[in-house]
Amino acid sequence: ITGESGLGKSTLINSLFLTDLYPERIIPGAAEKIERTVQIEASTVEIEERGVKLRLTVVDTPGYGDAINCRDCFKTIISYIDEQFERYLHDESGLNRRHIIDNRVHCCFYFISPFGHGLKPLDVEFMKAIHNKVNIVPVIAKADTLSLKERERLKKRILDEIEEHGIKIYHLPDAESDEDEDFKEQTRLLKASIPFCVVGSNQLIEAKGKKVRGRLYPWGVVEVENPEHNDFLKLRTMLITHMQDLQEVTQDLHYENFRSERLKRGGRKVEDEEVNKDQILLEKEAEVR
Amino acid sequence: GQSGLGKSTMVNTLFKSKVSRKATQPGREERIPKTVQLQSVTHVIEEKGVKMKLTVTDTPGFGDQINNENCWDPIIKYINEQYERYLREEILITRKRKIPDTRVHGCVYFVPPTGHWLRPLDLEFMRRLSKIVNVVPVIAKADTLTLEERAEFKQRIQRDLKAHAISVYPQEDFDEDPDDRALNDRIREENPVHRGGGGKGNGKRVLGRKTKWGIIEVENPMHCEFPMLRDLLIRSHLQDLKDITHNVHYESYRVRRLNES
Repeated sequence: ITGESGLGKSTLINSLFLTDLYPERIIPGAAEKIERTVQIEASTVEIEERGVKLRLTVVDTPGYGDAINCRDCFKTIISYIDEQFERYLHDESGLNRRHIIDNRVHCCFYFISPFGHGLKPLDVEFMKAIHNKVNIVPVIAKADTLSLKERERLKKRILDEIEEHGIKIYHLPDAESDEDEDFKEQTRLLKASIPFCVVGSNQLIEAKGKKVRGRLYPWGVVEVENPEHNDFLKLRTMLITHMQDLQEVTQDLHYENFRSERLKRGGRKVEDEEVNKDQILLEKEAEVR
Repeated sequence: GQSGLGKSTMVNTLFKSKVSRKATQPGREERIPKTVQLQSVTHVIEEKGVKMKLTVTDTPGFGDQINNENCWDPIIKYINEQYERYLREEILITRKRKIPDTRVHGCVYFVPPTGHWLRPLDLEFMRRLSKIVNVVPVIAKADTLTLEERAEFKQRIQRDLKAHAISVYPQEDFDEDPDDRALNDRIREENPVHRGGGGKGNGKRVLGRKTKWGIIEVENPMHCEFPMLRDLLIRSHLQDLKDITHNVHYESYRVRRLNES
């Protein structure tokens, strides 16, 4: 989960976990201060969905974009992604391949600020730097600051800008024809909602006689798990039902890309030289001819 | 302030709430496009029977780029230009009795509601601005923070400003009345919205934002501090802002300029 500082990434991760772990647990009502994330933190949890147990590792990244000059601020994140690929490649090439642990990043939720007029140049640069390494799912953070109309406008704006800059984001596959109607409808709905507008919270608020997770304002309560208030549930559903596909695309596309580039460089690490993709394409073409 | 924080909307709201609302039609949404250059809007407002000419200058947002060094230059340039204009008039041999005063008396700085702290960009910008103009920091789009988060954020901002020795309006040195200590305000404005009345058609029209979970009223002090900001700028501290600009900021500019030549 990555994005600018202060967009609620860490809070959202907690929201994701709390949903499934302990539904009856009492959470203290006082504001839980989320401290600033200063380095990449990975937490693993086991969740159950549709009778299937899944092991989910969520990686929280420090926000960037704070500095006046943000030229190299997301290097750590890119290194992290590459490191996981590197490790897998190493394990895969080893002698004992029975117990390879797959720590590769299968999905990246990119948080976009709701305050601007769309994507910032920093967002574009970052996404272009990772769209060939990982599945990107754009997410609009702190969505309770936008009215429904504003959300629609911003979603469309962002999708237009993504296309304009040639950024490749993850596309949900259409439902198979043999799946039931509900599932097909759900998939259609999910596809139409990207980028998801989310609101995260760790606090339990009393609303309409029951306790819900949300944010309490003087003018009302924003409920995290209310589909009319935000797309949190959609995000969670998408993550779980499409986990298989996310893994497959990572294996078949992103990992293979990484592997072929890596082996071509003859075992030298990424930092050692700039790889000129155009150059390689030309060489390949010449080879084919 | 940064791009997309609602500066242009606030300029509109400032005038809407003072000038008549007859002009707007119910339900019509006004979309504010992105501001690309400095724009000044002037209105004549009446306060306690006295007519005043209020000019609000809207600036394009900054901080969008990857490298934002020197993004404060255009705005600092604008402020200094106004001082220069006044200075030129003042040193003429035959000068007008009432010199047209286009100087900037107050600068409202919009802080993004991250809820964490002031970013280096904000600190640097405010530091430079506070040396030449009265800066009033404001937390923008405050409907994204709960009341607890707001209080914490305010405190952290005040601490940060103190730690970096940035003196915002009202400056401590000129403070005679301790009650005047203004806090950082929070703003949220948008289109006029019809608040559903009790079925008898007695719905009041309020300036606010309509959401699924409630209506945020701009002029409700429980919801946001916009009325406080408006009153500070236009009513209670208007004269003070002008005085400090004239006696302190303008004088330092003048000294600097005369020393240069």
